[in-house]
Amino acid sequence: MSSSSTQTPGAVVAPGAASTESTRTKTASPEKASWFLVSPLVLVLGVFLVLPILTIVTVSFWDYNEYNFFPAFILENYSYLLTSQVTLATYLKTFKFMALTWIFCTVIGFTVAYFLAFHVRSLPMQIVLFLICTVPFWTSNIIRMISWIPFLGRNGLANSALISTGVIDEPLEWLLFSDFAVVLAFVHLYCLFMVVPIFNTMMRIDRSLIEAARDAGANGFQILTNVIIPLTKPGIMIGSIFVVTLVMGDFITVRFMSGGQSASVGRVISNEIALLQYPAAAASAVVLLITVLIMIGIMMRFVDIRKEL
Amino acid sequence: MTTGTDKTKISRRSVLKGAAATAGLAVGAGAVTGFPTVWAQNIKNVTLRQFGTGVSNLNEVAAKVKEDLGFTLEMTALDSDSVTQRAATQPKGFDIADIEYWICKKVWGAGNLQAMDTSKIKNYDKIVGTFRSGKLTPESTIAQGTAPHTVGFVEGPGGKKFVDNESGWMTLIPTIYNADTLGIRPDLIGRPIESWTELLNPEFKGKASILDISSIGIMDAAMVCEAMGEVQYGDKGNMTKEEIDKTMAIFTEAKKNGQFRAFWKSFDESVNLMASGEVVIQSMWSPAITAVRSKGIPCVYQPLKEGYRSWGGGLGLSANLSGIELDAAYEYINWYLSGWVGGFLMRQGYYSAVPETSKNFMTEDEWGYWFEGKAAKKDVVNPQGQVMEKAGAVRDGGAFYDRMGAVACWNSVMDENKHMVRKWNEFIAA
Repeated sequence: MSSSSTQTPGAVVAPGAASTESTRTKTASPEKASWFLVSPLVLVLGVFLVLPILTIVTVSFWDYNEYNFFPAFILENYSYLLTSQVTLATYLKTFKFMALTWIFCTVIGFTVAYFLAFHVRSLPMQIVLFLICTVPFWTSNIIRMISWIPFLGRNGLANSALISTGVIDEPLEWLLFSDFAVVLAFVHLYCLFMVVPIFNTMMRIDRSLIEAARDAGANGFQILTNVIIPLTKPGIMIGSIFVVTLVMGDFITVRFMSGGQSASVGRVISNEIALLQYPAAAASAVVLLITVLIMIGIMMRFVDIRKEL
Repeated sequence: MTTGTDKTKISRRSVLKGAAATAGLAVGAGAVTGFPTVWAQNIKNVTLRQFGTGVSNLNEVAAKVKEDLGFTLEMTALDSDSVTQRAATQPKGFDIADIEYWICKKVWGAGNLQAMDTSKIKNYDKIVGTFRSGKLTPESTIAQGTAPHTVGFVEGPGGKKFVDNESGWMTLIPTIYNADTLGIRPDLIGRPIESWTELLNPEFKGKASILDISSIGIMDAAMVCEAMGEVQYGDKGNMTKEEIDKTMAIFTEAKKNGQFRAFWKSFDESVNLMASGEVVIQSMWSPAITAVRSKGIPCVYQPLKEGYRSWGGGLGLSANLSGIELDAAYEYINWYLSGWVGGFLMRQGYYSAVPETSKNFMTEDEWGYWFEGKAAKKDVVNPQGQVMEKAGAVRDGGAFYDRMGAVACWNSVMDENKHMVRKWNEFIAA
């Protein structure tokens, strides 16, 4: 602004007028400007987040028949949902998948990140190894998931290898179409979401803290538990939020890997949509949303991500 | 600057020229060759958008339509749930709906489809009796469930209510249908299978499967429960709440005991389950059996003494069709029934609505194998040229009248649909 006004020396009055005007607008409402600045985000979030959620909440009170749903105000969608045994069973099952996936992802993710951050010393090597971690993500989720099916099947690679090496006589039935298979696929699919944030926070740990700990006489394990883990908490928490929300909302992995025999909240919603029961699906979605929000709220209690970042 | 204006002048002039030429051409064509050509030209510009389940949405059909009729047919293949969804909720998204009769019962009320004038359907009189009076032969009894003729007619062009006579206004023009039963791996079972009860036989613990499409799965389940003598049904196609609860209780217990290896939802899944040996007995569709066999793996579409669960599909017209597009749609339907498609589909193991026209497009040997249940004299080849059966083979279940005559129940939608779906979900979640 200032440079452009100095470039027009002929106009003596004009720049002065302009400047007084601009100062007037500035002083008049700095508040307005910030409203103006925030409005694109408000618009985007409003149109693409708040509005759809409001629609879902509204529809969840509507009524439906075989081919149509229509405005009404009924609580039946919720009353059935909240009293049904299926809901309880499904949520328990989903929580079980979530908890197991979270445990394995955290342990594996932390180990991988630790190795990358503290054992690999050169930056180029770290980058190379980190990229290798992302290689599986170059193919689609579904393909990575489905490729487990021929591997784990009754006559699959895993079973035939185990039989030919004499470890087992009969094929292991629980390898495929079981909870084991579901959790295995989840861990495979979502582990990287844990590795990345943990690696990121680990890289930002000041190395002198570790030296200081060592100088103060801490052994490796004590450094891990007293220095590194507390400092990587925000990373673990961000990764956990990813893993938890992804698993809670999943429907396709559970369907394929359990052979359609296990239910999850996401599958229930997808079934309801398939059967044109949009209001019921909307009610399920609202309950799931609230559940996930509560879970994230609890997780946020443990670590103040904003402070730690 | 000058070059700039020159350029614009030239381009403007050329555009005008082009436009005039096109207009002249159009006028000339109309004047010289007369009205029919314009119509024929126009119909070539028509694009009909058809969607349906994978079974009959075949690209070969679209290519043949282009060749025989000149207009474009766009095919979208979806699973039966998505088909229902689209027919009910996206009336502007399609011109022709290739849906099953039970889906028709479900979505007709939404008003997105229009009834067809049977006087415009040339081969109407030759359509198999099942789709008109409900009787395959004058002596046959009508099976339970949503039998096609019960939802095949409405009282008039804008009719919303189904009528029980041949009113002249048809909801769907039948395209293909078949009789379904259980598929088995004879090599892994090693003994004859004769009854639906075998699906829950503990002998096949961890090696059985049922399809996870509630409206069809419940029927297979009902066939099993009835055969076991556990439940007596008034109408398997329209069960009472109590009947549904009993049926699902039996299946839930079986599931908890580990009877099922998996549930399948799509065609490919059923093929893979069977071909990989994960499952040895399961509900299955005819082309899935063929797909397993064409991998060289023995698989039988086992006729069972309690009869078949049958299904039928048909073409319905979107309520939005009018004018030349509607004419094109009628032309397409007449072409559909004129035999080529029928022959094409019958060589994959389905039945066509007008078998006698299809016969003209099949060899005598093919007709004998697929329709009459005779032993094949030569290798049976599918439309893609793959050998499906060796010479001497006989179709599982035999002739058309033996198979379609032994239908125990049609795929259906029940009055207690909501309750049934909930019970089915409980079964899946159990």
